[in-house]
Amino acid sequence: MLEVRNVSRTYGEAHALRDVSVTIQDGQFFSLLGPSGCGKTTLLRIIAGFEDPSQGQVFHKEKRIDNVPANRRRFNMVFQRYALFPHLNVKQNVAFGLQMKKTPSAEVEQRVSEMLSMVQMETYGTRGVTTLSGGQQQRVALARALVNRPEILLLDEPLSALDLKLRQQMQVELLSIQRRLKHTFIFVTHDQEEALTLSDRVAVMNKGRIEQVGTPQEIYEYPKTEFVARFIGSINVLGGEVGDGAADSLSFVGPGKRPFIIKASRDGSRPLPSFAKGTKVSLLVRPEKLKLLKSAPGPEQNTLEGTLKEVLYQGPITQLFVQPKETQGPVWVISQPNTAVTARKQFNLGEKVYVSWLPEDCLLLEKDGNGSGG
Amino acid sequence: MSSTKPKPSRFYGVISALTFIMIYVPLATLVVFSFRAPTGWTFDWYTKIFSDQQIIEALGMSFFVGTVSTAISIVLGTAAALTLERTRFKGRGAFDILTHIPIIMPETVMGLSLLIWFVFLGVTLGSFSMIVAHVTFTLSYVIITVRTRLQGMDPQMEEAARDLGASPWQTFWKVTFPLVRPGIVSGGLLAFTLSFDDFLVTFFTAGAGSDTLPMKIYSMTKYGVSPEINALSTLMLVLTLVGVLVIGAREKLSSPR
Ligand SMILES: Nc1ncnc2c1ncn2[C@@H]1O[C@H](COP(=O)(O)OP(=O)(O)OP(=O)(O)O)[C@@H](O)[C@H]1O
Ligand SMILES: [Mg+2]
Repeated sequence: MLEVRNVSRTYGEAHALRDVSVTIQDGQFFSLLGPSGCGKTTLLRIIAGFEDPSQGQVFHKEKRIDNVPANRRRFNMVFQRYALFPHLNVKQNVAFGLQMKKTPSAEVEQRVSEMLSMVQMETYGTRGVTTLSGGQQQRVALARALVNRPEILLLDEPLSALDLKLRQQMQVELLSIQRRLKHTFIFVTHDQEEALTLSDRVAVMNKGRIEQVGTPQEIYEYPKTEFVARFIGSINVLGGEVGDGAADSLSFVGPGKRPFIIKASRDGSRPLPSFAKGTKVSLLVRPEKLKLLKSAPGPEQNTLEGTLKEVLYQGPITQLFVQPKETQGPVWVISQPNTAVTARKQFNLGEKVYVSWLPEDCLLLEKDGNGSGG
Repeated sequence: MSSTKPKPSRFYGVISALTFIMIYVPLATLVVFSFRAPTGWTFDWYTKIFSDQQIIEALGMSFFVGTVSTAISIVLGTAAALTLERTRFKGRGAFDILTHIPIIMPETVMGLSLLIWFVFLGVTLGSFSMIVAHVTFTLSYVIITVRTRLQGMDPQMEEAARDLGASPWQTFWKVTFPLVRPGIVSGGLLAFTLSFDDFLVTFFTAGAGSDTLPMKIYSMTKYGVSPEINALSTLMLVLTLVGVLVIGAREKLSSPR
């Protein structure tokens, strides 16, 4: 178990990390996700030992490690630009870590060739690393780290330099390697899709803080802040304030002074929020939770009237864009699966439509100072 | 490369030609005369200098001083370059400037101040004082070439080595040194060449009976320029040229991909 406790890091006036605390269980595929400059690399480098925290501590297996030099931590890193040694060939690169630990040469030989075959590079052993393609260098970098059987493998955007197809292939391989070896992987990325696909747990970071830690599903379905909701996937937002509450529901007064109803999620994972009446809040709904109708539905559903602006057919789904009547805000996105039923339903551009959703399917979050609102 | 560039005017051509004549005709004359016999051509001057005990000794002294001062410059220069490129400390800026000053310092001033200092400290002038004096100016060149190499090297290389369990010492020998070696070799060759044909600083800091080759040549010219001197100078020219060509070739080979 790795524990980061109240870690801050400043560079002169700049705060790269502000009071970050997070616990990572053994054997997890854990992602650090966030926009550029939010402190992901800084946190990873503090865990690796290349950087000291300005404040706070890091513990591994209950022992404090933030004062242990990098070469004595049993963690290994896969660098974004691979950082392979250009004066050594593929085998020598992979063997480097074992040789530093004075491993007997027969064992080095065996473990290196095992590792090279695991990353499918066994035929490249004597090649110079500068002659390899990006994907091949990536595999060698992975093998060079994994051959040391690290307690934790740290990966800093390892796939960002690869083209899409290779990237997807490497994602699958990374995941299968992690499942097989059961090492802890800490994976830095700014690609939310990648983080959701690969991770057991995700930490979403923003401006040097961790905003939320959870499973991909928790992060997507039940974001705790507006930043997280907006950063992961796309989401529709209405600004307004909390209205009257009832036993199992809460009302939200939107721009058109028309109340919307919010209920706890069906499985109970997201309870009814407890806001005082009059609190400024945002109501958020994912595009796939929305239905598009030609006539207003019953009062048990939330409804927004608007004009259909655009229809984008995208194969498995169709995205529809609606300008709500009551707000000047951004258009709403509705995403519909192209099943046999919906494919037959035709809407015309410029038509008056009703966007509706269930009270269980929307979120109510405190207004985010960072978000542009709307 | 680009065909759109205009041709230089004839005026510049003439100036360039004159300049090159000024530089290379004397050199060529020197080389030619070193093979010149009263009638026809000869290697005699070369065999003659190699049978002159004093010249052999001066040549040996030049090699000795050059080798030792180069070795010292390489060790100190590499350490200084690493310190300047890889660490942060108070006074780093001042240190940086100080390492460059010997390059622009007039050699006469340098030689004279060293002489005064040696006399003050009671150091016997000889090979030791010359080596110390030569290191003062060759060191800067090693620092500069090694630093250039370090700047072109990905600092993550060293981090990767540390990450794989290498101690600072292992990191240096297994990663940093192999990667900066071309810079160290170029710097060393440059240092040796500079030391080998230095005259001014040597003149101030050499004691009696510790002549280097350039000083020997100078003292021989007091009795007029002989074909022997031409032969000796040609040898020095070839040596320096080889050094510079090797540096150039290495730089071309190891220039960033
Ligand atoms: N050595 C440094 N000196 C000064 N500021 C730094 C240093 N390293 C990082 N920072 C600052 O700290 C903040 C966080 O940087 P960090 O590299 O951790 O971001 P990141 O989340 O990895 O971003 P990216 O996705 O662009 O890699 C940035 O604002 C950056 O400018
Ligand atoms: Mg980064």
